[in-house]
Amino acid sequence: MSRLTMTRRGLLKAGAASGVALAAPMSFIRGAHAADFCNMPTGSSVTLGFNVPQTGAYADEGADELRAYKLAVKHLNGEGDGGMLNTFTSKALKGNGVLGKKVEYVTGDTQTKSDAARASAKRMIEKDGAIMITGGSSSGVAVAVQGLCQETGVIFMAGLTHSNDTTGKDKKRYGFRHFFNAYQSGLALGPILADQLGKERSAYHLTADYNWGWTQEESIKNTTEGLGWNTVNAVRTPLGAGDFSQYLTPVLNSGADVLILNHYGKDMVNSLTQAVQFGMRAKQVNGKDFEIVVPLFSRLMAQGAGENIKGILGTTNWNWSLQDAGSTAFVKSFGQEYGFPPSQAAQTCYVQTLLYADACERAGTFAPPQVIAALEGFEFDGMGNGKTLYRAADHQCMKDVLVVRGNENATSQFDLLEVVKIVPRDQVTYDPAIFGGDLGPADAKAC
Amino acid sequence: MKQMLSREPFALLAFSLVILTMPIWLAPLGANYPDLLQKFTIYAIFAMGFNILFGLTGYLSFGHAAFLGIGSYAAVWSFKLFTMNVLPALFFGVAFSGLFALLIGFISLRRSGIYFSILTLAFAQMCYNLAYSVLTPITNGETGLQLTLQDPRIIDRALAEPGKGLPSTELFGLSMSGYSGFYFCAVVLIVCFFISRRIFYSPFGLTLRGIKSNQSRMNYTGFNTRPYTLTAFVISGMFAGLAGSLLAVTDPLAGAERMQWTASGEVVLMTILGGVGTLIGPMLGAWIIKYFENIFSAFNPETLQSFFSFLPEGLRTVAVDVSSLFVGEGWHLTLGVLFMLIVIFLPGGVMEGWRRITRRFGGGSGTKPASSPNAAVQPAE
Repeated sequence: MSRLTMTRRGLLKAGAASGVALAAPMSFIRGAHAADFCNMPTGSSVTLGFNVPQTGAYADEGADELRAYKLAVKHLNGEGDGGMLNTFTSKALKGNGVLGKKVEYVTGDTQTKSDAARASAKRMIEKDGAIMITGGSSSGVAVAVQGLCQETGVIFMAGLTHSNDTTGKDKKRYGFRHFFNAYQSGLALGPILADQLGKERSAYHLTADYNWGWTQEESIKNTTEGLGWNTVNAVRTPLGAGDFSQYLTPVLNSGADVLILNHYGKDMVNSLTQAVQFGMRAKQVNGKDFEIVVPLFSRLMAQGAGENIKGILGTTNWNWSLQDAGSTAFVKSFGQEYGFPPSQAAQTCYVQTLLYADACERAGTFAPPQVIAALEGFEFDGMGNGKTLYRAADHQCMKDVLVVRGNENATSQFDLLEVVKIVPRDQVTYDPAIFGGDLGPADAKAC
Repeated sequence: MKQMLSREPFALLAFSLVILTMPIWLAPLGANYPDLLQKFTIYAIFAMGFNILFGLTGYLSFGHAAFLGIGSYAAVWSFKLFTMNVLPALFFGVAFSGLFALLIGFISLRRSGIYFSILTLAFAQMCYNLAYSVLTPITNGETGLQLTLQDPRIIDRALAEPGKGLPSTELFGLSMSGYSGFYFCAVVLIVCFFISRRIFYSPFGLTLRGIKSNQSRMNYTGFNTRPYTLTAFVISGMFAGLAGSLLAVTDPLAGAERMQWTASGEVVLMTILGGVGTLIGPMLGAWIIKYFENIFSAFNPETLQSFFSFLPEGLRTVAVDVSSLFVGEGWHLTLGVLFMLIVIFLPGGVMEGWRRITRRFGGGSGTKPASSPNAAVQPAE
């Protein structure tokens, strides 16, 4: 082998030259892809990114969300019976895709971790060319992905996220939420709690230790203290703890007569089941029956908790037993597709997909600034929640909230929640300024 | 060729070429998008640093992710408090993780073998739990530390009026997201490769290898080994901190899950998969794991359908059903199988496979594999 002499200077020169040579094609590639906005659809199809938890504490919700997304894509492409497209008050969608382009999708696993969720969303945006990201079954994830979407200029339609922060402190111009929030849960639940449990109670909170748990604890605490209740203690528990017995033992000796579980998904199933096993519901404290309240509730969780859920109060975004035209249409087509009724997570994700598609159709373009303008202040009905407003100030939907109770005499394995009251929209509307935050700019960004 | 590659300028040049052309040669594998490329380079640095400790001294740290997390938190705080420029962030990330490594190493290195591993694991879990719940004001708990509009950013604010929306990380005006972020990480990786190569061939590196092969003998010859192992531990912690701050540079968010024991285990897997004690083995291991995590996990039955579309109907369903067990949520299964195969048949990792191939086909060049500087050091334990 011939000996090649190499000086340090020569090496530096060669390195610099090869660096320039390598960087050159990059700038050409970028120039070729220059578009008005990130992932502008150029072919005959448009790609949506469905980013849901497939593993972790919220995996059940994630699986149901994915079913709803697939159903929504079918309906948008004109397959199946159309579901809520028939009852939706806006008639812009024709069942021929969105703006004539066939809807396709990519999926990702958030693992209920902010890091993994952002990596997955980045893959969808950078590799798969997703024009919109939706999903998330945790507010921590929703806030993280929403921030990413604001930076990259891709619209984020939040799925199941209940924290006040998502459309409060951390609201973003590119993020939209159909689901209700903890503050609204408090507003809806307050009068019912006063009515059913009385005004002299001592509450003990167990709270999932992340932004959703924090804001829900705060909102419910404010509500109950407003009723005259006393808060004995509020304990934070790690997400996905599995065993809550060490947190439940002190409750019995604390003098509290109401246990408020700010848990969701498998966490709530575990903590509630263990609380019932501890015999809490059979106890009498301060001369009153010990009660458990789960401010955010879903049918999937009720299914997991089984018998233990009976008689327990909470709020929910939507329940399949509602009898309005939108709900029945959705339950029918979801049932035909999968053989069981949808959860609230499925409903909100389905509706979010349709609302995004409709906004593009009404705006006449996929360009985010126009789509955002079409969604802001949009008033609609026929999606199962009564008259709904996408509030422009914080991108939060204003709609009715359901107060529910675990059904004492269920007629089927899905008939688990009994609607106590549909709290009308006016009673759960609040001033968007109370949480602060700033939506930021709507300018389109090339990526 | 082999002799040429063992000379520094050529090794560096070849390495730089491979790294900088990654967007081109990774295209057929579907991995040429910025986020994954950034992860490839960052985790390569992480594994390379880990290898300085594990590969050279034989001390198996089971808590290296703690330094990754500390680097990320330090970098994000630098973005929040001072400036969006990435250089101070890298500095703080490396400095803080170095400091913690010094502290943890000083205590843990009093023991060796499994006791050392358990000590480092315990420290890492402590850091994780502190970040997850106790130190919530500093780390923002499960939600993760993020930039906000209210951040002081004193240096940036002193120089210019803040624009609308959140600023992005930059290197004197060059945005650190997308491809420019990748090239920045790539340059840092090349520098790290240079440093790590120098350490491998230095007297210091030889001392570390001596410690690995027989620490008692080193002590009997009058060598005080502890300062050497501690230095290796701190260097390796600083590499991890650098990787962590690069994670924050490319995506300004720091979450506690980065410090979890699974993340510490991941870097051990990367190193063993690629080849313990080899210069580039850990990097290859990091690439394999990150590729699986990001690409295999995203396959769903629809992509498999189109992949097997050349098969007749019945066969296709079987093929899709069987292979869907190993992709999507099941990517861990594929990784597990691969890991088992490598450990059983190629105990020296991918690098041993590479050496076997070159020995078979490139034989007769006169180079005995044992004299090759990359040859695996036989573990003495």
